[in-house]
Amino acid sequence: MPTLTIDGKQVTVEPGTTVLQACEEIGVEVPRFCYHERLSIAGNCRMCLVDMEKSPKPIASCAMPAGEGMVIHTNTERVKKAREGVMEFLLINHPLDCPICDQGGECDLQDEAMAFGRGASRYDENKRAVEDKYMGPLIATTMTRCIHCMRCVRFSEEVAGVDDMGSLWRGEHTEITTYLEKTLDSEMSGNVIDLCPVGALTSKPYAFTARSWELKHIESVDVMDAVGSNINIDVRGSAVMRIKPRLNEDVNEEWISDKTRFVYDGLRKRRLDRAYVRKNKTLQEATWAEAFDAIKKKLKGVKGDEIAAIVGDMADMESMLALKDLMAALGSSRIESRQDGAKLDTAVRAGYILNAGLAGVEEADFLLLVGSNPRAEAPVFNTRIRKAVRHLGLKVANVGSAEDLTYKVQEFGDDASLLEAVLKGKGELADAFKAAEKPMIIVGQGALKREDGAAILKAARDIADKYCVKDGWNGFGVLHTAAARVGALDLDLVTEGGIDAILADAEAGKLKAVFVLGADEFDTAKLAGVDTIYIGTHGDAGVTNADVILPGAAYTEKSGTYVNTEGRVQRTEKATFAPGEAREDWTILRALSDVLGHTLPYNNLAELRARLETVAPATTQLDELLQAPWGDFGTKGKISAGGIAPAVDNFYLTNPIARASEIMADIIAARAGDVEEATGTHG
Amino acid sequence: MLADKDRIFTNLYGFQSPGIEAAMKRGDWDGTKGLIGKGRDWIISEMKDSGLRGRGGAGFPTGLKWSFMPKQSDGRPSYLVVNADEGEPGTCKDRDLMRHDPHKLLEGCLIAGFAMNAIAAYIYIRGEFFREAEALERAIEEAYAKGFLGKNACGTGYDFDIYVHRGAGAYICGEETALIESLEGKKGQPRLKPPFPANVGVWGCPTTVNNVESIAVAPTILRRGASWFAGIGRPNNTGTKVFSISGHVNKPCNVEEEMGIPLKELIEKHAGGVRGGWDNLLAVIPGGSSVPVLPKHICDDVLMDFDSLRAVQSGLGTAAVIVMDKSTDIVKAIARLSEFYKHESCGQCTPCREGTGWMWRVMERLVVGEADKSEIDMLLDVTKQIEGHTICALGDAAAWPIQGLMRHFRPEVEARIEAYHARAAE
Amino acid sequence: MTAAAQEAFAWTPENEATAQKHIAKYPAGRQQSAVMPLLDLAQRQNGGHVTQEIIEYIADYLDMAPIKVMEVATFYTMYNHKPIGKHHVQVCGTTPCWLRGAEDVMHACKKHLGIEKGQTTADGMFTLNEVECAGACVNAPVVAIDDDYFEDLTPETVVELLNKLAKGEAVKPGPQGVNRKNSAPEGGPTTLKDFMGEDA
Repeated sequence: MPTLTIDGKQVTVEPGTTVLQACEEIGVEVPRFCYHERLSIAGNCRMCLVDMEKSPKPIASCAMPAGEGMVIHTNTERVKKAREGVMEFLLINHPLDCPICDQGGECDLQDEAMAFGRGASRYDENKRAVEDKYMGPLIATTMTRCIHCMRCVRFSEEVAGVDDMGSLWRGEHTEITTYLEKTLDSEMSGNVIDLCPVGALTSKPYAFTARSWELKHIESVDVMDAVGSNINIDVRGSAVMRIKPRLNEDVNEEWISDKTRFVYDGLRKRRLDRAYVRKNKTLQEATWAEAFDAIKKKLKGVKGDEIAAIVGDMADMESMLALKDLMAALGSSRIESRQDGAKLDTAVRAGYILNAGLAGVEEADFLLLVGSNPRAEAPVFNTRIRKAVRHLGLKVANVGSAEDLTYKVQEFGDDASLLEAVLKGKGELADAFKAAEKPMIIVGQGALKREDGAAILKAARDIADKYCVKDGWNGFGVLHTAAARVGALDLDLVTEGGIDAILADAEAGKLKAVFVLGADEFDTAKLAGVDTIYIGTHGDAGVTNADVILPGAAYTEKSGTYVNTEGRVQRTEKATFAPGEAREDWTILRALSDVLGHTLPYNNLAELRARLETVAPATTQLDELLQAPWGDFGTKGKISAGGIAPAVDNFYLTNPIARASEIMADIIAARAGDVEEATGTHG
Repeated sequence: MLADKDRIFTNLYGFQSPGIEAAMKRGDWDGTKGLIGKGRDWIISEMKDSGLRGRGGAGFPTGLKWSFMPKQSDGRPSYLVVNADEGEPGTCKDRDLMRHDPHKLLEGCLIAGFAMNAIAAYIYIRGEFFREAEALERAIEEAYAKGFLGKNACGTGYDFDIYVHRGAGAYICGEETALIESLEGKKGQPRLKPPFPANVGVWGCPTTVNNVESIAVAPTILRRGASWFAGIGRPNNTGTKVFSISGHVNKPCNVEEEMGIPLKELIEKHAGGVRGGWDNLLAVIPGGSSVPVLPKHICDDVLMDFDSLRAVQSGLGTAAVIVMDKSTDIVKAIARLSEFYKHESCGQCTPCREGTGWMWRVMERLVVGEADKSEIDMLLDVTKQIEGHTICALGDAAAWPIQGLMRHFRPEVEARIEAYHARAAE
Repeated sequence: MTAAAQEAFAWTPENEATAQKHIAKYPAGRQQSAVMPLLDLAQRQNGGHVTQEIIEYIADYLDMAPIKVMEVATFYTMYNHKPIGKHHVQVCGTTPCWLRGAEDVMHACKKHLGIEKGQTTADGMFTLNEVECAGACVNAPVVAIDDDYFEDLTPETVVELLNKLAKGEAVKPGPQGVNRKNSAPEGGPTTLKDFMGEDA
C-alpha cells in the first residue's frame, strides 16, 4: 500500500494504482483523453502529464504506478504549460466545426480546451484533412476530428473482441479505420461512439437530429434482453432521440448492446396508437369504450377455465400482476409467460436466476455454457465473460452449438446427454468442475425449450449441487433472453403444459378467450378460433388474429418493474408519453376490470406496487443482487441425444420494437455484407 | 591520436575478409571459452570498470545496464537484442562493423548474452541494410559451423543462438522499446516505461537492448582488460569510438579514435580537413542529427566526448560529425532534419505527431524568410512544448536541432525574414 | 483492388520453406514476429509490392487479424502498396546527403528518367523515390537501388549507373568514381595501414 503526496496531501492507495487514479481518489482532477478505466493504458495523448519530484520531465500520470514516497504536483507552472501545449497540439489539426458537430456540448476536447487551453491559436499552417471512413450504418465518421487516442481501437480489440479496427500509416498521416472500411463485426460497436472523446465517431442514426443540451436524460432500464442494462433515455419533447448507457458496475458496467442503443426508431414505427375491434373479419378503429364493450360481450358466459393469458417478453411486472389479478377475478389461473416453451419451474427462485450475478463471472474460474450463446442472447454479459477470460483466468466450455463468442471456448459438442456423464463425475468436463474453485454452469433457453428441457434443468441443477454450490458461492445460473421472464416467474406465471397446452386447447375449442399481453413470439395463428384480446405496442405477430386490440405503452413510456436474469429488480422510468390513445398497460387492465365488473383493488401505481410486494417479495428490494436459497428443481428424466438449437435466431430481431426498427434492418444488412459499402466518401 | 594497436575494429574498411578465418587471425573468438569461464559477475564488473558507455546515442553505462537483468530466471527466458537499426542521420558506423567485422559483434553477443543469462540474441538490423544482413547471416553460419554458437557454444556448456531480424524502414525502431514492438511483429511504436525492458521486454521477457558497437567492443575489452579501455580517453568518457565524419570535409570517412579527441583534430587528421580550410567552417553537428548544432567558434577547441559536448549544450550522440562549411544554407540544413523527424514520427503521442509537422512547416517558411520575426520565439516555444512531453526521445530529437539553430544562428534567420519582407515591399 | 490482388497469392515452394525458416527464429506461439520478414518475402515474390491478397494471406498464415498485418504493412516505408519498376531508385535526401549534392543527384535522376518522385518510367524499368537517411553518410550522396547502395555519387555517375542498369549491364555497388575503399577516406586510410593486405 504505497503512500504518496499529491499537491501536499498524503494518500495511501492499493498497489497497482496509477498516479492518475490516486489523484482521483483525493479529488484532484487530471485532464485526459486517451485514458479510460476500462481499457488498457495507452499513454499517448499526454494530457495527463504531472510533475513528479526527482523526475527531470513531467510524467504521464495515467501510466505511472503510484510508488511509495512519490511527491506529485499537478498545479505547477510546468504542468500548466505542458497541458496548454498538448491542448494546442490537439487543436491545430482539429477542425473548428463545433457548431455542426454532434459531439458539441458533450465533447471532452471542447471541455478541456475551455479548462486547460490557451484560448487562442498560433497555428498559421493549413490544417490536415483526413478522408472519412465507412464504418457501417451505426457509426458516422468525421476523421479530421480524430485525436488518435486509440480508445476505439482498444475497445474493439479488448472489450468487443473483434480485431477489426486499427491505425494505419504513421506520424501525422496516422488514420483510424476498420479493416477495408467494413462494418464492425460486433453487437457492441456503438460503444465506440461514447468512447470517442471528440466528434470523430458519432451516432449515424442520431446525426443532426438534436443538440445535446436540448435533451432531457431519463434514467431507465433496457428490456431488449434479460441483462437489464442501465440506460439514459434522451428525449426532446415527445420523442426519444437516442439511448445511451448509464453506469452500473454490477450490470452493464458502461456498455450497452447495439440493439439497446439503436432500437429507438422502432418506438415510432408500426405503433398501435388506438384501439381496434374486429368486425366482419376486419380490424376496425374503435374507441376505448367500444373496445371494452366488445370484450365484455365476448366474455359473457365464458367460464373461468375457458380463459387463458399469455404474457410477452417485455411486459412489466405491474401489468402482468394486473392481468393475473383480472384473470383470477374471471376465474382463471391460466396465465403463461414462457412463450418459448422453456421448461422452467418456479418452485425455487435459485432455479431460474443467475445466482452468482452477472459480475460473479469475474470471480469464477470455470464456466460451462449449456445451450446458451451469450453473444447473441446477452452481448453485454458476453463482454463480461470475455473480460474474465482475458484478465481473470476464466476457462469456458460449451455444450451447445459452437459459435464465435469472441473468446476461447472449449467445445464439447451439442449433445446435452453429455451432462449425465458429468454428473457421474466422468470425463474432461467433470474434471474441470472438480478442479475449479468457483465453477459456474449456465443453462440457456436453447436447452430449456427442448422437450427434455426439464431434465436438462435437473441435470444442470444436480451438477451444480455437486460442484458449484458451496460456501458463499452459487455457480448455478439461467441466462434468460426475455426481460420480463424472471419477473413473470416471480409472479408464478407458469401453467401446466405451458404454452403448447394453451395453444392446443385453443385449437381444440376448449378455450374461448385468450388475453395476450405483448406476446408476439409464438405461432399466433393457433389462436384463430378463440377470441383474442391483444394488449401491445406494435402491429406485429400478436395482432394478426386479435379480435380486440388495446394499445399499450412501450418500456420507454411507462414506469415498470423488471427483474433481470440475475434476479435483480429494477425499474424503467417514463421518458415520453405513449402515442395517440395508447395507455400504460396496467391502467388499461384496471379500466377494463371496471367494465367487466371486477374492479381491481388499486387506484394508482403505488397501490399496485404495494400489492406487487406482497405477491413478489423480491420487489421490495430494488437494484440489489438478492441471494436465493438453494433447493431442488427441474424434473428427473432422460436427456435425449441430439443437438441443442440456439435460442435466438437473429439478435437484432427478437421483439416487436426491434422488428419495427429500420436501424436494426440496416445493421443486419450491413453485417451480412448486403449493402454496397461505397458512400460519397469512397473514391 | 590513437595507435593502431589500440584500435578494436581493425577491418573497419573491409580491406580484409570478413570471414571467420580472417577474423580469427585478427583476434576474434580467441579464448572466448576462458572469458565465459570467468563467470557473469566478472564479465559485468569488467564492463563496468571499463567505463564503456552505450554507443547508440544515450551513453548509458553498458555494464550497469547488463546488471539490471535478473540473475535468476522466474521461468521466463531472457533475451539480448542488438540494436542495428542504424538510421540517425550522419551515422554509418554499425554498418561497417557488421559488413566488415561481424565476428566481433557475434562474439560480443555470446559473451553479453551469457553475462545476462540470455538464451538468444536477436540482431535487429534496418531493412535497407540488405547486404549487411547477408554478411551477418554468413558470419552466423560460420560461427555455428565452428561450434562457437548454438548448443554448448565455444565448448562452454552454455547454449546460445543468434538470429537476424530485418526491419523495414522506420527510424523510430532505433528506440529500444519501439524496436521490441517491431520484433514482436507490430508497428514500431515506443512503449510506456515503466516497465523497463529488463523486466518486461520482448515477448514479455527480460530483455536488454544494446547498440552494435557497445556489444562488438566487449570481447576486446574483456581480453585486454578493463583498465586498458579505461585508460583511453578521459574519466567517464573512456575508450575508443568509431566516428563518422560526413558533410563538407575533403575526405569523409569512418574512423576509430580515442574518446575526447578534439573535434578539429578528428576532422583534420582523418577527414582531410574542412572543405576550403578550417576558417571556411560554419558549423558542426557533432553527434548525429538529434544533437544541437555548434558554431565554428565552439568547434575550434571542443573535445569529442559525452561530457565535453554536453557542456556546450550539444551531445556526443552517435559520434556522427556532420560538417557544414560557409556555403551551407544552415536554415535549410536544419529544416531538412525537421522534415526527417516529421517523416519518422510514429504518430503515437500527441506532441510529436502534431508538433513535428508544425515545426517543419514553420522551418520551411523560415528557409525563405516568409515569416514574422515573432514566429522564431513561437517556434522555440513549440519545441519546448514537445521536449520532455513525449513517450520517447524522438520528440526531443526533433526539438533540439531547432533550438541549436536559434541559439547560434538566430541573426541569420532574422536577416532572412527581413530580406523577404524587403523583397515583398518592392 | 489491383489486378495482382485478384490473383490468389500463395508461397512458391521455395518461399514456403523460407517463410518457415523465419517463423522458426521466434519462440513457439510468437509467429507474429515473422510478419515483417514475410511481408518482405511476399513483396519480393510479387515483384515489388504488397496487395490486399498478400496481407490476408499472411494474416491467415500467421494467425493474425488482417488489420494488424495492414498496420505493419503501412507503418514501414519499405513495403510498397502499388507496383514499382524493375529497379527501385531511392535517393537519400536527408541533410548529410543534401550537404553533398543529393538535390543535384535527384535532379539528374528525374531529368534522365523523365519522371518525378514517386513515379515509374513508362517502360516499367525504374521507380524513383526520395528516402530518408540511408545510413551511409560518409559516402554521401547515396542512392539505394534495389538491395544495393551506390555511393559518392555525382549527377554524372548516377546517370551512368542508370544507363548501365537500363542496358542490363553489371554494376558494382559501393563508391562510384572515387578512389576509396568503402568508408575509408579518399586516397587511402589514415589509420590501420598494416591491415590493408588481403589477410592479416
